[in-house]
Amino acid sequence: MAEWFDMGKHTWFVWGSYGVFAFFIVAELLLLERRRRTILQRLSRTSRMNSGVNDET
Amino acid sequence: MNINWFKYASPASFYPLAGKMIPWFAIPAGILAFIGLVMGLFVLPPDFKQGESYRIIFIHVPAAWMSMVIYLAMAFWAIVGMVWNSRLSAMMAIALAPTGAMFCFLALWTGALWGKPTWGTYWVWDARLTTQLILLFMYLGYMALHAAIEDPRRAARASGLLAIVGAFNVPIIYFSVQWWNTLHQGASITPNKSEMAASMASVMLIMAVAAWLYAIAVALKRVRCEILDRERHASWVAELVTKTGQVHG
Amino acid sequence: MTVIFRTILVRELTLGLRRKADMLMTLFFCVIVASMFPLAVGPETELLRTMGPGIIWVAALLASLLSLERLFGGDYADGTLEQMVISSHPLAMIVFAKVVAHWLLAGLPLVLISPLLALQYGLDGDEGLILVATLLIGTPILSLLGAVGAALTLGLRGGGVLISLLVLPLFVPVLIFGSAAVDDAAAGLSIEGHFSLLGAMLIAALILTPWAIASALRISIE
Repeated sequence: MAEWFDMGKHTWFVWGSYGVFAFFIVAELLLLERRRRTILQRLSRTSRMNSGVNDET
Repeated sequence: MNINWFKYASPASFYPLAGKMIPWFAIPAGILAFIGLVMGLFVLPPDFKQGESYRIIFIHVPAAWMSMVIYLAMAFWAIVGMVWNSRLSAMMAIALAPTGAMFCFLALWTGALWGKPTWGTYWVWDARLTTQLILLFMYLGYMALHAAIEDPRRAARASGLLAIVGAFNVPIIYFSVQWWNTLHQGASITPNKSEMAASMASVMLIMAVAAWLYAIAVALKRVRCEILDRERHASWVAELVTKTGQVHG
Repeated sequence: MTVIFRTILVRELTLGLRRKADMLMTLFFCVIVASMFPLAVGPETELLRTMGPGIIWVAALLASLLSLERLFGGDYADGTLEQMVISSHPLAMIVFAKVVAHWLLAGLPLVLISPLLALQYGLDGDEGLILVATLLIGTPILSLLGAVGAALTLGLRGGGVLISLLVLPLFVPVLIFGSAAVDDAAAGLSIEGHFSLLGAMLIAALILTPWAIASALRISIE
């Protein structure tokens, strides 16, 4: 297993590239999912608020 | 057969369609990326000239391609949005930008890490790297303009116009930078295409297709967020939220 | 069509000449930026001679950025610009006149002062003349492209910095050809190509940008 990750004298360059690449992809996906969740949460909060107002009237 | 394409140009009907389309792009993207990574990192032997560092090419080239393609796609949607005055197209343009900027940065980063073992320096003012850098600036300017305008309608139209002006300029910039580069006899990165082994080319192609599918999937997901954000006062959004609200409890 | 062009041009020039300080500030900025470089990199004549064209071009570029915010800012604040947008005259022609006036007041002085800056960098004789000629063709392109950025960022907070972010990448080709012409002339190479490319860019900018500026203004005013 360890020898797979051994890229000779180029280990840092290869894994530095792939690592940062993977980091950015994962970060983009996580941020996107979080953004979606915040939007939905905010929307459901406002809709609950509005329905509450309607019940009272 | 007469499909009414304009039906899907309305955000309300595109939102569920985009949701259904995402797995069709995301799953193949994941499978292809996995195959490409296993082939590129573990199966293919080291290159006899560049050693192991040539493996960076498998992500560098797709990232560079995507950054260019996404900018053009942005300009395309901006033009469609401007000509037909469709909100959805403008949202598509905005949804693409962060992914394009990310690929642009990654192309620069991997290019630098490939350059160090290959030419002995992280950065050269090579024509392609320089154009890539300027393209990154253009992405950042586009996103900065969009973020600076509060009115969403003006933000979409203003940044759309900027994308169109930028797209006209990209070829001129590329040409001038290339000319400047030959003038100053800088280093030129030309991964020798004729020398590239067929196995290497096919891995690169697999990775490029994966990046393409990934970009489409992410843009669709982001455009869904954009639609929800922009249409939050529409009745269909309210219905959707009450439905999903019950699901989540 | 020419009437409206002349009217706006005269108006802009009159207004601009009443505020000479604005004009002189831009000019002074360019001179002072160009004078900072020798202090930073050292006074070696050879070094300065090779760096000179590039530095003077960058200084002119930054100076022309500075004045961009004023291009539409004043008219936007007092509502004149809105009247221009809804008037029956072609907006592209109106903005073209405004940009021409802006160049005459902000760009042309830079061109006229550049021989002096060229002397500071030991670019005497032909090289200095070529530098002036490239600036003469190049600065109108900067004004035209910059006006697109100015129109897009109208009335936004931090508009000045934002204009620079939007416009500087677009200035790259002009910068490259402008400063390379002087370098090549110094090396004894033919510079016809540079001038025809700069000229082609100027013509393209003259034809295309007024429409882009006009639609950017419409977007920003609505």
